[in-house]
Amino acid sequence: MAQFISESYYQDLHELQAIDFVLVELTLYLDTHPADANALAQFELFQRGKKNLVAQFEHRHGPLYHYGEGKGGAGFAWAKGPWPWQV
Amino acid sequence: MWVYEKKLQYPVRVSKCDPQMAKLLIEQYGGADGELAAALRYLNQRYTLPDRVIGLLTDIGTEEFAHLEMIATMVYKLTKDVTPMQLREAGLGGHFADHGYDLYPHNAAGTPFMAPYFAAKGDPITDLYEDIAAEEKARATYQWLIEMTDDVDLQDSLKFLRQREVIHAIRFREAVEILKEYNDTQRVF
Repeated sequence: MAQFISESYYQDLHELQAIDFVLVELTLYLDTHPADANALAQFELFQRGKKNLVAQFEHRHGPLYHYGEGKGGAGFAWAKGPWPWQV
Repeated sequence: MWVYEKKLQYPVRVSKCDPQMAKLLIEQYGGADGELAAALRYLNQRYTLPDRVIGLLTDIGTEEFAHLEMIATMVYKLTKDVTPMQLREAGLGGHFADHGYDLYPHNAAGTPFMAPYFAAKGDPITDLYEDIAAEEKARATYQWLIEMTDDVDLQDSLKFLRQREVIHAIRFREAVEILKEYNDTQRVF
């Protein structure tokens, strides 16, 4: 459980959390404002940004998603820590 | 179907062990206006609501699970290194006797989670007013929790959760207006 976690893990995680915040916020907004073309364009822009960040994160730190949504990772890295509450 | 992301929605850091605070925070884990109650309430209501607001209930309900994980992380980090005697002194002796170091959904006073927290009346406007109230009550609880700790790291995470309640309440208010318009168009003159 107690394992070394690099500084870059925290930096990359922070970037991912920041872009996800925008996407969660825009998702809820679009749920009640589906005709707002500007918000939809912003959503699609950040969605592309997230794809790049996820690929970079998974390459450096291991899988973020299960059930085939992300990479299994060598030695099935998905099922290895660190888990979110351990960092 | 849900897909899990191996990360918290927002960072949770604590600067000290504080089992007393963990005992208070558990209110937002298994209490009436906690994250578990919110998640299950919205995800239960959505099946019978008009299509126009199902997406919102699905998305807010799902975000509540991310908040539940943040609260669980706070409680875990605040208690993982304390001794059973320290837990007892913090008023968590009853918890430890039954659950050890496991988390358990009860409120700050120790009452276990209950299904009546779901609130499902079968009337869409009534249910959404209930949801607005739930978000406002959770916002107030987060404010009281913030005022009961001097741990600035913990306060930072709690402030994030407090602000999410504000946004959810705004979106639910908009959903009420959408339903009112929908009801008007359904009326035959």
